[in-house]
Amino acid sequence: MRLMIKYLRPFFGIMLVGLTIKVTGTVIELALPYILSYILENVVEQQRVEKVLLWGGLMALCALSACIFNIVANRMAARVARDFSEIVRKNLFARTIRLSAKQTDAFTIASLEARVTTDTYNVHQFVGMMQRMGVRAPILLVGGIAITLIMDSYLALIMIAMLPLIFVTVFFISKKGIPLYTKVQQSVDGMVRVVREDVIGIRVIKALSKGEYEHVRYDKVNTALIKDETRASVTMGLANPIMTMLMNFGIVGVVALAASRVQDGRSDPETVIAFMQYFTLISTAMMSVTRIFVMYTKSAASARRIAEVIDSKEDFEVESEEKYPQIKTDAHIVFKNVSFSYNGVKNNISDINLEIAKGGSLGIIGATGSGKSTLIKLLMRFYDVGEGGIYIDGRDIRTIPKEELYSMFGSAMQNDFLYADSIEENIRFGRDISHEEIVKAAKTAQADLFISEIAQGYDYQLAVKGSNLSGGQKQRLLISRAVAGKPKILILDDSSSALDYKTDANLRRALSQDMKGVTLITVAQRVSSVKNCDRILVLSDGVPSGYGTHEELMRTCEEYREISESQMGGDFVE
Amino acid sequence: MSNKLVNDIKGRSGGAGDQRNEKLDKKRTKSVILRLSKYILKHKFLFLVAIATTLISNQLALMGPMYSGYAIDAMTIGDSVDFAAVTENIVKMLVCYIASGILSYLLAVLMVFISQKIVYAMRKELFEKLTTLPVGYFDTHPAGDIISRISYDIDTVNASLSNDLVQIMTSVYTVIGSLIFMWRISKPLIVVIAVTVPVSIIFTRYRSKKVRPLFHTRSAKLGELNGYAEEMLSGGRTICAYGREKEISGRFDKRNNDTMNAYYNAEYYGATLGPSVNFINNMSLSLVMILGGILYMYSVGGTFAETSAFFITLGGISQFVQYSRKFAGPINEFANIMNEFQSAFSAAERVFRIIDENPESADAKDAIELKNVEGNVELRHVDFSYVPGTPILKDINIKAQAGKTIAIVGPTGAGKTTIINLLMRFYDASAGEILVDGKNIEDVKRSSLRKAYTMVLQDTWLFGGTIFDNIAYGKENATIDDVREAARAARLETYIEQLPNGYYTMLSDNGVNISKGQKQLITIARAMLMDSHMLILDEATSNVDSRTEIKIQQAMAKLMKGKTSFVIAHRLSTIQNADLILVIQDGRISEQGNHEELMKKGGFYSTLYNSQFV
Repeated sequence: MRLMIKYLRPFFGIMLVGLTIKVTGTVIELALPYILSYILENVVEQQRVEKVLLWGGLMALCALSACIFNIVANRMAARVARDFSEIVRKNLFARTIRLSAKQTDAFTIASLEARVTTDTYNVHQFVGMMQRMGVRAPILLVGGIAITLIMDSYLALIMIAMLPLIFVTVFFISKKGIPLYTKVQQSVDGMVRVVREDVIGIRVIKALSKGEYEHVRYDKVNTALIKDETRASVTMGLANPIMTMLMNFGIVGVVALAASRVQDGRSDPETVIAFMQYFTLISTAMMSVTRIFVMYTKSAASARRIAEVIDSKEDFEVESEEKYPQIKTDAHIVFKNVSFSYNGVKNNISDINLEIAKGGSLGIIGATGSGKSTLIKLLMRFYDVGEGGIYIDGRDIRTIPKEELYSMFGSAMQNDFLYADSIEENIRFGRDISHEEIVKAAKTAQADLFISEIAQGYDYQLAVKGSNLSGGQKQRLLISRAVAGKPKILILDDSSSALDYKTDANLRRALSQDMKGVTLITVAQRVSSVKNCDRILVLSDGVPSGYGTHEELMRTCEEYREISESQMGGDFVE
Repeated sequence: MSNKLVNDIKGRSGGAGDQRNEKLDKKRTKSVILRLSKYILKHKFLFLVAIATTLISNQLALMGPMYSGYAIDAMTIGDSVDFAAVTENIVKMLVCYIASGILSYLLAVLMVFISQKIVYAMRKELFEKLTTLPVGYFDTHPAGDIISRISYDIDTVNASLSNDLVQIMTSVYTVIGSLIFMWRISKPLIVVIAVTVPVSIIFTRYRSKKVRPLFHTRSAKLGELNGYAEEMLSGGRTICAYGREKEISGRFDKRNNDTMNAYYNAEYYGATLGPSVNFINNMSLSLVMILGGILYMYSVGGTFAETSAFFITLGGISQFVQYSRKFAGPINEFANIMNEFQSAFSAAERVFRIIDENPESADAKDAIELKNVEGNVELRHVDFSYVPGTPILKDINIKAQAGKTIAIVGPTGAGKTTIINLLMRFYDASAGEILVDGKNIEDVKRSSLRKAYTMVLQDTWLFGGTIFDNIAYGKENATIDDVREAARAARLETYIEQLPNGYYTMLSDNGVNISKGQKQLITIARAMLMDSHMLILDEATSNVDSRTEIKIQQAMAKLMKGKTSFVIAHRLSTIQNADLILVIQDGRISEQGNHEELMKKGGFYSTLYNSQFV
């Protein structure tokens, strides 16, 4: 709710105007019955046609202006709802995209997606509805109560006595309802997740003919969602009947009381009849209030989920230099006693020390799961080190503002991200880079070769996730992207695994020619990809087991030698 | 002159197109309504109960005021209040209201159950349809849009079903009831209603025709937005690495703006409907007053006899007005519901569109089950193109004997993975035929063909379940011992056992904190549990380091033993012992033979092989 108020505040002015128009329209419309009864009681009796026509015309005029006022107000309401939701969604997405890897994992992508779309939609619905329906009902309610109080305050008190009961009911149902709807949204997340997984893994599912199995798996989440939705709706369904019943009890009470008052001569039946009519009016208004309130409960659950993301704390704050002082060094990148653990139990990386000179190069090699990519994630501050520090130009990376830090890197990861747009856009990636520079980068990355063979060239549209390219083509696009930004530090994390040896060798040659002065970090499984690096780090289970040049390691590092030998024509197939 | 002519023709043909679209649109809406009602009719009985409950509950609610009227009468008739009668009627009122309250709650519950059943069925149908769609569908449709349909669109249909149907039933009941009363009071005044009601119906129809495409756009835009969000969120890390958050957010904002405008447009035009119908109703009230007033004057003046249909009393007008007000409420409500329905129809149509997608072509009627596979595979003159006109494979001929290993090499993008797609029938060849044990694979049941292969791909796929579930995925009734053995062979044992719950650790969201290589090892372990005679390894170990690869080679050898294996790999060490090596270049087989033969030949393969020692 706080979220809604916060984001609605800028619209309070225009909402007030809209509300005023709406109130005017509503009041005019509510005046119609009075004109009507006036005609009935006073005009018709005079038996003058022109007077009947005059008053009838007045009614038509009122009807017309009520109609126009209402349309204008509804449109203004729609505009406010649009602008409001647009800003909420904009901020939500902006925050979502800046969530740290850890936070994204915790929310799950399926859930974030639901928040950006469905939850925002629920809030939008409420804001629109509140403005459209939230006017008439209160006017009827307040007006009705006021009139009944004037007519017979004694009887009116009975009805007013019902109000606290109604509010208590509303309060309790809503209190139960919000967590129920939160649960529904969680189940939606679970359902969406299975759909997402299966859309991504459709080949495997088909290959294994696991359709049935997936149906069962989906059925589970579908059933869970249905159960939660049913529970929430059944609970909220109580609101309307209970409120109507309470109002009707009020009517019964009025009749009962009226009987003795009529007997005593303190009231007359005509008043009671009129009283009852107003009572009906008030209970219709109450029904509208119920609807708004059901909608509110649903949207409050959604608003909370949105606020959860928007208000989530920035995971990696820029720290002060007092806390993490600079060190004196000539090296470009320094890892000093770096240790790190994902789960806080066992270190995934321990005691890494290394230095890379400006324009120098480092190769990282090691077994699957030995922590190679983790090291890169630490350097790029996707996670913060547990102990020690990482320094670029002597500055602890925790003290470098994000924009500055990321502008230094050009990185291509294994199975990185391509999206449905042209090849050129995928390389440019929203940066300010000219076409010539893009072609140059693609040439360095050995991508220009295949791009120029495609008829549309750089305008060729990629399908979702680049699925119309082969693995090696995708990797070369990713490297082009990394190179195109003229980074100070180029990181290739297993990004040439799908390239054949020849292309890989050409790539290495081109990189060393075209990227002079750029510090290069290569993570690879092939010795041939790293052997020309100034230094090579051999990782095993997160601990360095060798650090030096290719020749040094071949002499001193058992593991490195084994890796190297395993790749020089070792037998694989029996 | 000629320009004008061209424009003229353009204009005319455009008009014709619009008309056709409109017709199509009508047809589409009709079929959507028809299909939705089919879902409802599946719950005929419950639905009938719901209708009955609506009627009774409404009737009870109407009876309440009647008894209150009697109670009030009991106060006026005679000199003093007849307390006995008042009490009796009060009790009756109470009974009516309580019964009506309970019934209306039951009705709400009933409608929730019906709508949830329908939604459940729709989601199920949509999802199950998804699993039958050809792989190509997913290569071309963003996941986010599919998700939007199965969540948001079905939700919209649900909201409409559970609220609006009851509303309509109640409205119809009230409208008919009021009409009957009005007919009794004054037949001439009904004429007014006979004019205004059709006017509001025509107006509603006219408006909704205008608004319908706007609701279509609205749903489509939201789907697009979701597609974009999904795509960008899954690339979150890269976007962060390049510091492109602002840029991407900016592009999102543009789409967001489009979507919200689509919403606004639909609401902007939708906003006129309610007040306008209300206006028509109010107009009809004014007309009733004018006409009624005039009739009354003549009635009093004696022009109309008491028996005449035109005769009316003051009380008559008052009652008529009251009923026509009662009557106006539902009609107004009806207009609002039509708006809701428009958005529900658009949403339902998007759902049905997936359900109507062509599934993978059905197995031939006389398709046979592929049994006791030996593993002889032959490709004869196979051509293939994803997009007509751009051939990917040209005249491919391969003869793979049972139990042999066939390695496919070639530059990236040459069409290696496409061959795998054809072998598995993810796509069908454009020309030529593929035979397994002499049987054309298009004459074989797809599921049996696919089961005959074990496949490990470069793109590893794990789902949100335990490690056990993921490894056991390919084999029904796999025991923990089976899984353990496979994991051991894939060198995963130590890794898995140090996890908090061992084999029962949940892999959340596409495998958090598992390296690519470990994921690939899990898929290899999965393959090891499967029992088939043919094997496809498409870069199956590309993410596994070479030493681990050597450690699992025994297991891989066991996996490949006796199986016809198709291997795509870049490591030539993996390839050189293959029985047959095929070099694919530009969609054609340019060289084939074993390692020695190809090295002797001194072609592409030998250059490639030698390049690794450079």
